[in-house]
Amino acid sequence: MHLTLEFGGGLELLCDSVKIHNVDVELKKGLEKLTMKDLLAWVRTNLIKERPEMFMKGDTVRPGVLVLVNDCDWELSGQLETTLQEKDVVVFISTLHGG
Amino acid sequence: MEEGNTIAKRAGSRLCCLCNERKPALKRPKTLEQICRDCFYNVFEEEIHQVIVGNHLFKAGERVAIGASGGKDSTVLAYVMSELNRRHNYGLDLFLLSVDEGITGYRDDSLETVKRNEVQYGLPLKIVSYKDLYGWTMDEIVKVIGLKNNCTFCGVFRRQALDRGAAYLKVDKLVTGHNADDIAETVLLNILRGDVARLSRCTSITTGEDGPIPRCKPFKYTYEKEIVIYPCSDCKIFNQNHTYAYFKKLDYFSTECIYSPNAYRGFAREFIKDLERMRPRAIVDIIKSGENFRISTSTKMPEQGTCERCGYISSQKWCKACVLLEGLNRGLPKLGIGRSRFLENSNDNRKEAKRNDGDRSIESKQCGSLDF
Repeated sequence: MHLTLEFGGGLELLCDSVKIHNVDVELKKGLEKLTMKDLLAWVRTNLIKERPEMFMKGDTVRPGVLVLVNDCDWELSGQLETTLQEKDVVVFISTLHGG
Repeated sequence: MEEGNTIAKRAGSRLCCLCNERKPALKRPKTLEQICRDCFYNVFEEEIHQVIVGNHLFKAGERVAIGASGGKDSTVLAYVMSELNRRHNYGLDLFLLSVDEGITGYRDDSLETVKRNEVQYGLPLKIVSYKDLYGWTMDEIVKVIGLKNNCTFCGVFRRQALDRGAAYLKVDKLVTGHNADDIAETVLLNILRGDVARLSRCTSITTGEDGPIPRCKPFKYTYEKEIVIYPCSDCKIFNQNHTYAYFKKLDYFSTECIYSPNAYRGFAREFIKDLERMRPRAIVDIIKSGENFRISTSTKMPEQGTCERCGYISSQKWCKACVLLEGLNRGLPKLGIGRSRFLENSNDNRKEAKRNDGDRSIESKQCGSLDF
């Protein structure tokens, strides 16, 4: 599944300072859907090059990291249960820095 | 995929709580309402307007400096203040005031952002630097004191630096972008440290009215999450692809200060973020608790006087900035950190003089007098 992932608020530093990633995520065998939970695990393995604890805590994102799916707060679509579709845009923004 | 169902579910069978017309874009932590982008902009801006008006933060004709670091809070603050000033005719003369602590790779980049903001918002900018005011940059200070306690130096110096800058601009007030999350963290920090004096002051929306320049925090009740998301799809002026206020597409700078990882505040911040996840209202509720603390009459509170060396307000003989500066210039980096806060105790610190870096004797610049 082709997706566009964006990292902001300093998170890009964990991915070699690249803000926008166009990725192709393989669905797990036998499953038809990709959930945010699956995507997070994929991102941690494939995109996060350092300090994964800055991005994730357990199964979900570290508190203080906002997630937007197609410009909508993921709290509206079920957080980890949010299902993703082809060409979706997922944005991760960290709020944990000075203002 | 069960396309039909999935699409309907994702599109949101619900509509925005406020307008009932558009698709919701965000769930507000403060109220748990699901609202669309346009309603969010309106509500966000309107709430801040109400905080400003309800707390009588400004008077028409005042000159107001906005503490601008180039980060998300101060950029949004500058944008919103300038917008509300225009829309509601506050009649204020707004300025941007920035502090250059001399942190290579962090502050020099964020100052570029503020310079862009100066152009984008049309607000005159003044930059004050630690090097000019104190003779030391943060990089130089960290070389001497190491990576612990640097936030103490920086915070104390910055406070004075802002006052100096404000005096230079001859403004009546200073506004800063401290948000609800920041204030909740501060309440917790002061409890953890037993700092009763600060605990009694830290939730006030305006502080320092009896000092040189009063300062206020219009974002006191604004959640950090909303400041980051504050979006704007039809905002034509700011076309940069940074987040702002991700939606508003405002230009801001977002990296952690390279010296901050060991700051004590980080622990309070983690805790607050975990709390917010469980119960988002916890943040405003902590602030409310803080506002309602009353100090027992039998507690001895520090009295406010002036610093003997530079005239700045201080509850001790010397203000904290003078103590820290003296420590730096005499090669006693621990002066002012930890228990022995008074210069009278410098006898004890003679042992520390052995740790002197030797040739580090930059002539100490007087803090200078503030002409008020």
